[in-house]
Amino acid sequence: MFEEVGTTETGDLVINIGPQHPSTHGVLHLVVTLHGETIRNVEPHLGYIHRSIEKMCESLTYRQFIYVTSRMDYLSSHINNHGCALCVEKGLQIEVPPRARIIRMLMDELTRLASHQLWWGAMAMDVGALTPFFHSFREREAINDIMEETCGARLTMNYIVPGGVMADIHPNFRHRVKTFVSSFHSKISEYDELVTGNVIFQSRMKGIGYLSKADAISYGCTGPTARGSGVTCDIRKYAPYEDYAKVQFDEVIESGGDCFARYLVRLQEMRQSLSIIDQLIDQVPEGEFQAKTKAVLKLPKGEFYSTVETARGEFGVYIISEGGTTPYRIKFRSPGFSNLSALNHMAKQYKLGDLVAIMGSLDLVIPDIDR
Amino acid sequence: MTNESLTIQINDCLPGAVIESGTEWLTVLVSPSAWKPFASQLRYSPLLEFDFLFCVTGIDWKTHLSIVYHLRSTVHHHTLVVKSLLDRENPEIQTVADIWRTAEFHEREIYDLLGVNFLYHPDLRRLFMTDDHTGWPLRKDYEDPVNMIRL
Amino acid sequence: MPDIPDYINAATNFPGTVHPTAGGGIVISKLDEVINWARSNSLWPLVFGTSCCAIEMMSTAAPKYDWSRFGFEVARATPRQADVIIIAGTIVNKMAPVLKRLYDQMADPKYVIAMGACATSGGPFFYNTYSVVKGADHIIPVDVYIAGCPPRPEALLHALITLQQKITRGDTREQIKTDKS
Repeated sequence: MFEEVGTTETGDLVINIGPQHPSTHGVLHLVVTLHGETIRNVEPHLGYIHRSIEKMCESLTYRQFIYVTSRMDYLSSHINNHGCALCVEKGLQIEVPPRARIIRMLMDELTRLASHQLWWGAMAMDVGALTPFFHSFREREAINDIMEETCGARLTMNYIVPGGVMADIHPNFRHRVKTFVSSFHSKISEYDELVTGNVIFQSRMKGIGYLSKADAISYGCTGPTARGSGVTCDIRKYAPYEDYAKVQFDEVIESGGDCFARYLVRLQEMRQSLSIIDQLIDQVPEGEFQAKTKAVLKLPKGEFYSTVETARGEFGVYIISEGGTTPYRIKFRSPGFSNLSALNHMAKQYKLGDLVAIMGSLDLVIPDIDR
Repeated sequence: MTNESLTIQINDCLPGAVIESGTEWLTVLVSPSAWKPFASQLRYSPLLEFDFLFCVTGIDWKTHLSIVYHLRSTVHHHTLVVKSLLDRENPEIQTVADIWRTAEFHEREIYDLLGVNFLYHPDLRRLFMTDDHTGWPLRKDYEDPVNMIRL
Repeated sequence: MPDIPDYINAATNFPGTVHPTAGGGIVISKLDEVINWARSNSLWPLVFGTSCCAIEMMSTAAPKYDWSRFGFEVARATPRQADVIIIAGTIVNKMAPVLKRLYDQMADPKYVIAMGACATSGGPFFYNTYSVVKGADHIIPVDVYIAGCPPRPEALLHALITLQQKITRGDTREQIKTDKS
């Protein structure tokens, strides 16, 4: 299993990190070649949580396969469900009621906030600060409570379904979201004070893990990882779904290309998400929360591709239908998979201690990569 | 660029290309042998400049396999789908890992799950399954009586 | 000479009675029971999260649920310092040997909690998958199972307290095995 440990002919040391290591955020296995403390090569070994979701989906109906997708990138489970629902709706040409569209967007942005909060705590923990973890989880619980009230679950919601959403929002929803948003504005400034300006943190992050714009595109990076290198790739701007074209928000772009740039992008994105929620929370129209759909969904023969912007980047769903009740083949384009492929390129020539910071700045969710 | 002008451009690169429209994006069908030169034209031709390969999919059609490449240009903001049909017994196609570096991982995944041999790939090994695994799990005739419980 | 108040016994579930005498007090108990009591109140979990349940495990450690109230806060990253392994997430065939090795590296006495549907039985990934192990108990013996996908933090706390009670009673697999030999 770990026979690769040892030294190479040139005297470089080969070590394993993972699959059971706290900094790998799951079960990623990295074979690192070191020259002294300098990284020569990083080779990710995947498959320690490969659950054969694509094969499973071939025997699940279009209503059933949604629940598996919330277990892929569990930190953006709403957005994953959303991508799948959009793809099925594209095939069946279902018109989603306006109320459901706004609810979906609200849920997406709340999920993005929760995901970035967790990343912020984990990122700080990776570079050696334990306190931010407690701060971020304190605020994350507020979002979990909102989710629980409306969706009935804290993490894997399965709330967004083809045609709309599973259930109407809870009467308390609006009030609780508003309370959360107003309190969280000041909390982000607190995050800045606690971590962003910290000298030790900055010296661990600045100039580390440089990824140029051309490389980010070539490696297929999306999301905050690519936007930290100056690539415009936000699907919400590039190909707006639902009503994203109607809300005002900025696509956060940093040109630094290092870990600190990626950190700043995510922190700014939290502010943008808050602003989107602010604009939408009073605009939820009355009406149906679900379109009338048939009990059994049958997609016409053909191919359907839809993309959404998860907290990690571009999530694509590619359904190939033969006209039955189950997909013939389904492919999930997971953002983390492409982002991880750039890790070797980013980590070369840096020190072993920097590898953990680089991985943290990529915000990897391994079940999303392995599927 | 609109689909019409994209069609003209692609016809210049690959005379006699089979182009399907009607779907969401323009779809081009290429033979596996023509794929590699066509790919570098798509990437480096200044009017096309498809620099972003965002999805590579392998499909088992029981009679043959097919590989689907989804390409986008971050400069011109247009999208193209390229398909290539492969022989099922001996599926071979040239790698594009040197053109789009993300392809290295995507092609390893397809090799692992569907058994497509990417020629000249820098490091073609199994990605998800263990090295001693036999069979190609995403093929339709894959059977695993030990692990798979059919519903 | 002050009496040792009863509530200390009640709060800590100390197995035994304290007889106050001049100069302190005498504890009368069985050594086995005292050891079990001591072990149950200081369980160090191994950080072993493979998927979604790991996030709920983090939530349990975080402020709102705060498992340090019950003595679990020393989460260890190395199996050699851990007492209990919480299998938080799906176990696939490629991960199975790793899990076995981690379990073997832990020092006795060791306990296992299977958190969530995947670790219990394969859960949502039971049918039509070629890579998922249908329950972590195919690989290592499990003491406590938790239902849910993922279980709530309260459920994890309940499982940990159940494990504590099981250890105090002397009902875990390890203890029964030792009694027989």
